[in-house]
Amino acid sequence: MALQFTLNGKTVEFSGEARTTLADCLRHHLGQTGTHVGCEHGVCGACTVIVDGEAVRSCLMLAVQAEGSHVTTVEGLSEGEDLSPLQAAFRKHHALQCGFCTPGILTTAHALLTHEPDADEERIRHVLSGNICRCTGYLPIIEAILDARAAYADGRRGKPA
Amino acid sequence: MKVLATAPSNETPAIGQAIGRVEDLRLLRGKGRYIDDISLPGQLHAAIFRSSLPHGVIRSLDTEAARKLPGVHAVITAAEIGRTVPTIPVRLFPLPEYQPFLQPVIAHHKVRYVGEPIAMVVAESPAIAEDALELIRADIDTLMPVVSLDDSRRDQSLLVETSGSNKGHYFDISKGDVDAAFAAAAYTRRERMYVHRHTGVTMELRGSLAEWDADRGHMTVWGASKVPFANRRILAGMLELREESVDMIEGDAGGSYGVKGEFFPEDFLVPFAARLLRRPVKWSEDRREHLLAISHARDIEAELEIACSNDGRVLGIRGEIWANIGAYMRTSVVITPRNSGQFISGPYKVENVGIHVAMQLSNKSPCGTYRGPGRYEADFFRERLFHLAAKDLGIDMVEFRRRNLVPESEMPYPMPSTAPQNNPTALDSGAYELVLDRCLSDAGWSEKLKLQGKLIDGRYHGVAATCFIEGGAAGPRESSRIVIERDGRASVYVGSSGVGQGAETILGQIAADALDVPYDQVQVFLGSTTYVKEGWGSYHSRSTVMGGSAILLTAEEIKQKLRAAAAMRFNCAPEEVEVSRGRLIASDGRSLAFADVSDQGITAEETFANHRHTYAYGTHVAHVAVDPGTGHVAVVDYVTVEDAGRIINPLTLHGQSIGAIVQGLGGTLLEHLVYDENGQMLSASFADYLMPLATDYPNIRSTAIGLRPSPFNPLGAKGAGEGGTIPVGGVIANAVANALSSLGVEPLELPLTPPRVWRMIQAAKRGPREG
Repeated sequence: MALQFTLNGKTVEFSGEARTTLADCLRHHLGQTGTHVGCEHGVCGACTVIVDGEAVRSCLMLAVQAEGSHVTTVEGLSEGEDLSPLQAAFRKHHALQCGFCTPGILTTAHALLTHEPDADEERIRHVLSGNICRCTGYLPIIEAILDARAAYADGRRGKPA
Repeated sequence: MKVLATAPSNETPAIGQAIGRVEDLRLLRGKGRYIDDISLPGQLHAAIFRSSLPHGVIRSLDTEAARKLPGVHAVITAAEIGRTVPTIPVRLFPLPEYQPFLQPVIAHHKVRYVGEPIAMVVAESPAIAEDALELIRADIDTLMPVVSLDDSRRDQSLLVETSGSNKGHYFDISKGDVDAAFAAAAYTRRERMYVHRHTGVTMELRGSLAEWDADRGHMTVWGASKVPFANRRILAGMLELREESVDMIEGDAGGSYGVKGEFFPEDFLVPFAARLLRRPVKWSEDRREHLLAISHARDIEAELEIACSNDGRVLGIRGEIWANIGAYMRTSVVITPRNSGQFISGPYKVENVGIHVAMQLSNKSPCGTYRGPGRYEADFFRERLFHLAAKDLGIDMVEFRRRNLVPESEMPYPMPSTAPQNNPTALDSGAYELVLDRCLSDAGWSEKLKLQGKLIDGRYHGVAATCFIEGGAAGPRESSRIVIERDGRASVYVGSSGVGQGAETILGQIAADALDVPYDQVQVFLGSTTYVKEGWGSYHSRSTVMGGSAILLTAEEIKQKLRAAAAMRFNCAPEEVEVSRGRLIASDGRSLAFADVSDQGITAEETFANHRHTYAYGTHVAHVAVDPGTGHVAVVDYVTVEDAGRIINPLTLHGQSIGAIVQGLGGTLLEHLVYDENGQMLSASFADYLMPLATDYPNIRSTAIGLRPSPFNPLGAKGAGEGGTIPVGGVIANAVANALSSLGVEPLELPLTPPRVWRMIQAAKRGPREG
């Protein structure tokens, strides 16, 4: 199988077995290891990426299904060495410890706030309930996402804090 | 909850500042390097063929079809390992008596748990390796599985036939004269209690990448964490290499909580395959393998008796504890059973203790240490007994605890001793009652009490408060090495391990103050065996205290060398040179930067030795609401105060507390490694093993305070990574008991899942004898 899609703004090509998941394609064929695989059955959310604006489990999606799509991973959330307002809020609130679930939580939150910059705490908790974090107990994650809403409301979402 | 701001990174002193973590800058941008992110050119991929049966004799193993699959390079079984199959040694507190129960690195003759490695396929890709697993046929004669503690104690079916018993070994926990105390006691009560099997479950899966350099006879292994130096020693022994010929390289670790980073069978098999095939070999487990094969934990039963005076003084605790340790005695096996007995008294003054702890083998996955090992269990047993005793004696539950807390004047207060291997330890410092009152005040205790046992909108409300200690700073030693680089910055190498707890940041703060340099002039390197000669790692909440104290010693040595080097340039005595904010200042005002003398090769390595533990402590208050129709326990409010001695970084300490509390709540209310009576594991996916989610426990109010430093280390810090988990089972069970007091429900077993709570309610409604 050979296909093309847009990854973090750049056109990429993949050629490999049809059974390759999007997660394995990103990690092992395209070298973008920021997307993590935690369960391979769609429960933990560590592998969440954004496909055409929607948060998607890349372990449950085949790479071939991404043909022609725009895919954003954690590596595409900020430019260079800078942190985006969402990432900076995570650091400020200590919303990560081991950091393994963090890429999936960032992409989930980014997709949510892009669509709903005024999401309230209950809505954020509900959406985040599809991502397992073992370290933080979630409280600081919710605080960080609440804090980052302002940047989405005034259009600074992708820009460094 | 109060939001802590990120402090500017160069304020002084760095210790005590809520400094945002250095780790975050890479982890937030997807630039972490976890084990599965690392690859080498020409690497092969391994997959493990695991036993699908809990107990049996391997009659034959057919690997021919797997070997013939294109892309397969090798299938490794016990036959390929050599004449003798190495066994994994016990790392902590080993005894010769444990030898028959050690795990071979690959099953031979017998299989003893579902998930035990029988063969390893090495192939061109992970997919081919997994395809080949499907082609392996194992002919196994099944033996009667030993699953429950009853099965194990019955000794009808034996894990190790030659041993004659499933009792692997034991501990006797003792203090005072327990039988005399009971003989004289006005009140006694005996209960049988059980803490179910659950464990750490890290989000990053286990993995390993090994490269053998045949020309140099050198093995390099990536993916080490928690205890890289111990694992190097074990691996070098098994491969018959010198320790210096093995490097264990630590990257970013996606959590440990005690369970990940111990020596597992794969930690031999992967390097062995790399040497056999002379190609780098990489292995990553999947989630099912993780739940089957990571260190399991808890699974402890107790029959304990408490003795009190009529005014509620605890006179003694005695009885028996049985730990279901699984199929083998692995690296850290003894800690949980021993602690479940030794820490039965917790923060309370109990002068007489007599407990026999049996380590019972079964055909379940082998156990290790998980956050608050044995302490979570001991707290559940003790606080349930205290609850019942206070109720029987008609004493208020808080007053009962207050009367028994160890007063500050009696510290250091010795804990019970343990035999055959003693682990002498004493409560170091603390104002236990002050912290109890602070927590009650934070919780709004007197208002909450008005809800006790009330049925409001269809739910019964209950509140409880319990006190706890954790334990930290395990010895024997920890090392650090500091190098002043050419640009004057300090590179700080520490034998402690980074497992996601922010050790790079915390140890950097300690180093910055110790060297008297701005925080951004320090970079910390952790874990890898290439950094220091001898290191220990991250367990028993020890990294900050032990690694940090090693840094203090090393920094003193470095400053002496800097003074001496500057003195040469100033032409004065070293004592006349002052080190301040990264500069070396002569008494006449002349000054040099560290960089100006760095060509002198300023480096030092020191080791901090310590056998005295720290005891952070505190109080948890739980307010629950129980739905009698479903048995669901909602956590309405959860309030904690913990005194962690001298606080290095309040931001990371607070994070440890909240995270540990939620792990405790998961372990008490959701998580359960369930085996059926045939020894098959029924909870080997995230659909079955329920982890806490963002919607489960939003109402936690946790405060960490720095009230009483530890007198036992130069930092005054106390290990504080586990305290949040330890009291949760006991305080939640007591709150549920208080909620359902009108029904007379007294939970004596965990987890408090809806079906169990619902059944307890139904049984209570039918009458006390019909449950």
